[in-house]
Amino acid sequence: MITSQRMEDAALALMHKAAIDIPEDYLDALRAMTEAEAAKDEAGLSAFVLEAMLENYQAAEQDRRPMCADTGVPRYFVKAGNEARLQGGFVELERCLRAATARATQEIPLRPNRVHPLSRHDNGDNVGINAPEIDYSFEPDADWLEITTVHKGGLFGSDYRMLFPGDGIDGIKRFLLDVLIAFGKRGLACQPAIVGIGLGGSKDTCMVLGKQAACLRVVGERNPDPEIAALELELKDLGNSIGMGAMGFVGSSMVVDCQIEVGYCHTGGMPMSVHCFCLSSRRATARIQADGQIDYRHDPRWFTPYMRRDTVTWPGTTAASRRTG
Amino acid sequence: MAGHDGGIKTYRLTAPVQPDDLAGLELGGVVYLDGLIYTGREGVYRRLLDQGETPPVDLAGISNVNFHCSPAAAIDDDGTFRVGAVTATASFRFAKWLPQWFRQTGCRVIIGKGGMSERDYREIFVPAGAVYLTTVGYGTGALLGRGIQAVEGVHWLDELGIAQAIWVLRVKEFGPLLVESDLAGNSLFERHNRRIDSHIESLYDGLKPPALRRFGETDDKTDELI
Repeated sequence: MITSQRMEDAALALMHKAAIDIPEDYLDALRAMTEAEAAKDEAGLSAFVLEAMLENYQAAEQDRRPMCADTGVPRYFVKAGNEARLQGGFVELERCLRAATARATQEIPLRPNRVHPLSRHDNGDNVGINAPEIDYSFEPDADWLEITTVHKGGLFGSDYRMLFPGDGIDGIKRFLLDVLIAFGKRGLACQPAIVGIGLGGSKDTCMVLGKQAACLRVVGERNPDPEIAALELELKDLGNSIGMGAMGFVGSSMVVDCQIEVGYCHTGGMPMSVHCFCLSSRRATARIQADGQIDYRHDPRWFTPYMRRDTVTWPGTTAASRRTG
Repeated sequence: MAGHDGGIKTYRLTAPVQPDDLAGLELGGVVYLDGLIYTGREGVYRRLLDQGETPPVDLAGISNVNFHCSPAAAIDDDGTFRVGAVTATASFRFAKWLPQWFRQTGCRVIIGKGGMSERDYREIFVPAGAVYLTTVGYGTGALLGRGIQAVEGVHWLDELGIAQAIWVLRVKEFGPLLVESDLAGNSLFERHNRRIDSHIESLYDGLKPPALRRFGETDDKTDELI
């Protein structure tokens, strides 16, 4: 049984880690990108900006202060082992996540960013109606609980479009260029970004897949489908060929990595979403074991083989739940 | 005061700034600030300019540097303020308030994210003798947070909340900031846009147009969203 206390402890620690410590995978990639920009004569300003960001991550870590004052919209992704047992159940887990959000806002401190869309009322603790969002997924043959928090800005750098099968790869490239050019100017997207692309699904699923691809995979990780993996690399290069760097200055540092996730969609359509996870790509994950031990890491490991399954059954599912094809 | 750092000019300015300080600023130069600055964004502009409320404090008497920012800050039980990080918010949304704002407050420097259009600089900033400094990144929240020595006051906190209130900040070596507009109304961002735009069309060579178009869509990639 995973206790309520452990769930709240983990969530609170995650809020601190995400806000303050840049994930290693993003940091390593950004260091390489900074060196590449610095080696080019025309990308001096872009290189200057990236060097300042590297200094900023260090300052955040040394001072234990947030790397960015824009808290974004802090949220959680929960992966529950199929055998996990939670004290107080999922209702208690949700209370823990809301409590950790409010406590972290005061402790760290984070900017109270969440307001009512019409009255603009601010509770002052990043908690409100449908805030923080909590997304769920499940894992067979496991009794642990995994919590990931993501702090991502929300105003610029994302878009959705219904493409059609006839648009093909051309349509995907064109829409990606449109989004990166539109939001890359003046650095509105806070690039270089981890660009997440959702392909397929229903409209809302398409947005969710793209967001999760940007936020819940690590830099350098490829989609297991070789065709999609190749497209990821091709689109990354395309984004970096625009000629734009950090803050929209001349350079070639737009895309740190491109991550694509797919879902089966309507036979007549090919919906696509694009999301930019920014220079403050804030995410942190904890696994709480059944005995209460907590392990922290930067890699959410959200897209498991089980998540990406395309079969009716899954090996190990019980006879009672198995359907015949 | 100007220096050089790896080919990029560096300036150290004291706020409130003197008009002479601004005359020497070149686009793309790096600025660090000492002195007093205040935050103010749409919440403040709406109350002060649209609703004609009396300002809670004499802003012109404090500084002439307006930071488009909401701090990551908390108020402790004993009433003291803790500011962890500060980063700017995108400024283009506030252009419509600035002519009156400059007249009413004597503001000469806007610090923010993303700048404004060259047209806004020429029509609004140049007549007011004002320039725009952009934060870097974005955003260097921790570095800018280090540059804050003290919170000298917070105004309209109850009315507007932490994010939108007026924060008066005493700063030291606050930066880095980049000179985005000069007193002639030139824009660093637009200068770079023009270089990038010159070959952007070629990226689309050979890509067929989408089957279904959208209202308001433009194929002119030199357009901006702001």
